[in-house]
Amino acid sequence: MVQPVLEWQAGRVTAIRPETRQTKSFTFALPKWMAHRPGQHYDVRLTAPDGYQTQRSYSIASPPERLREIELTVERIPDGEVSPYLHDVLMQGDELEVRGPIGGYFVWDVRLGGPLLLVGGGSGVVPLMAMLRHRAAQHSTVPTRMLYSSRSAEDVIYHDELDGMAAASDGFEAFYTFTRQPPAGWTGYRRRIDAAMLAEVIKPFDKRARVYVCGPTLLVEAVANALVEMELPIEQIRTERFGPTGV
Amino acid sequence: MAGLISRGFLGRRRPAEVENRLPPGQYLVTDFPVLSAGPTPHTPLERWSFTVEGLVGSPVTWSWEEFQKLPTQTYTVDISCVTKWTKLDTRWLGVSIDTLLKAVQVDPAGRYVMAYSDGGYTTNLPLEEMVNGQAFVAYQFDDKPLDPVHGGPARLVVPHLYFWKSAKWIRGLRFMERNQPGFWESLGYHIHGDPWKEERYSGD
Repeated sequence: MVQPVLEWQAGRVTAIRPETRQTKSFTFALPKWMAHRPGQHYDVRLTAPDGYQTQRSYSIASPPERLREIELTVERIPDGEVSPYLHDVLMQGDELEVRGPIGGYFVWDVRLGGPLLLVGGGSGVVPLMAMLRHRAAQHSTVPTRMLYSSRSAEDVIYHDELDGMAAASDGFEAFYTFTRQPPAGWTGYRRRIDAAMLAEVIKPFDKRARVYVCGPTLLVEAVANALVEMELPIEQIRTERFGPTGV
Repeated sequence: MAGLISRGFLGRRRPAEVENRLPPGQYLVTDFPVLSAGPTPHTPLERWSFTVEGLVGSPVTWSWEEFQKLPTQTYTVDISCVTKWTKLDTRWLGVSIDTLLKAVQVDPAGRYVMAYSDGGYTTNLPLEEMVNGQAFVAYQFDDKPLDPVHGGPARLVVPHLYFWKSAKWIRGLRFMERNQPGFWESLGYHIHGDPWKEERYSGD
């Protein structure tokens, strides 16, 4: 496979949108934009006046159908070095160095088909959202289910958009679970994702499901192990960890 | 681009003795992050084996029990992941690649190695970067059996290259004549992966 050389480029911040208390989405206009595959990420590099540099990786939330720009959704890690800068200092009109798209395994596009099960925890939903937005932009009807674990309803990123997608009745269904504070009157799941919950959500797809799991290590391990126990072929299970390494 | 100054960014400085050990673009962690592309394999030790094969006189396979009898060394090394984290002074117990190679006759044409693992993971390395104490197969971390999420029962450790080269759940080494890309190397990551040269992605 021939790979393009990935060069640093100055992305101009064209929009900053708060998503939840802890997360914001940043839109960057890119002079050397290249179509990504949903699930890929970009590297971000910050440089101090004396030349000190540091880098982090952030998942792309936007679909490749959005041309010439990318959207990154970033969780603010209180003791982080880069995410507090992005949240508290970066403003519309600023330029930031980025390079990508990066990563060629945790990717899905409509050509890969389904049925598709997306399992996310916290900000692990971000690369899964790129897949869902791509699916919607392509008017795909690939049977798709998302199981999304959050602490509380306020922590659900893209909540309205996900509900809107589910309301389109195009084969997508969203399942939420709340680990700390379910909304009032909530009758759905209210615990960490476990094998029983996974078995219920995956049921119509059975062993044909292509599964993408992204979240904290414990969630990813629990889900992937449960899927292996269900005898899902391991090549249908793709994982990505999201958490403190992304600060 | 040498680096566009980020307005209002000062950065988190570490003492110089720490900063000097961080390759370019890396940041220090004290936890041990887990990254893997698929489910964690759980191979029972009685079914585990380690094989050296390919361009060798005759392939050699060790059972877990036999592998445990090989001479070990303790290693304290810094490790750097391409996802930007670096962890200093990690402590391992393992078997040097030099020790394993004493048991086989490597064909002089076999200058490259494909490390392969449970779950189908592979990564390629030049032989000359695995010998003379540069690489080992570890089965203990911090005096405890290596946790499966970190590659247990045994993983390759090649500390001077990005950590994707340190194949988790390793089951063997295959000697090859030509340098062929492994799993991540086929998906846009650098064929060599030296953190000090920042060889992250193909073309770096």
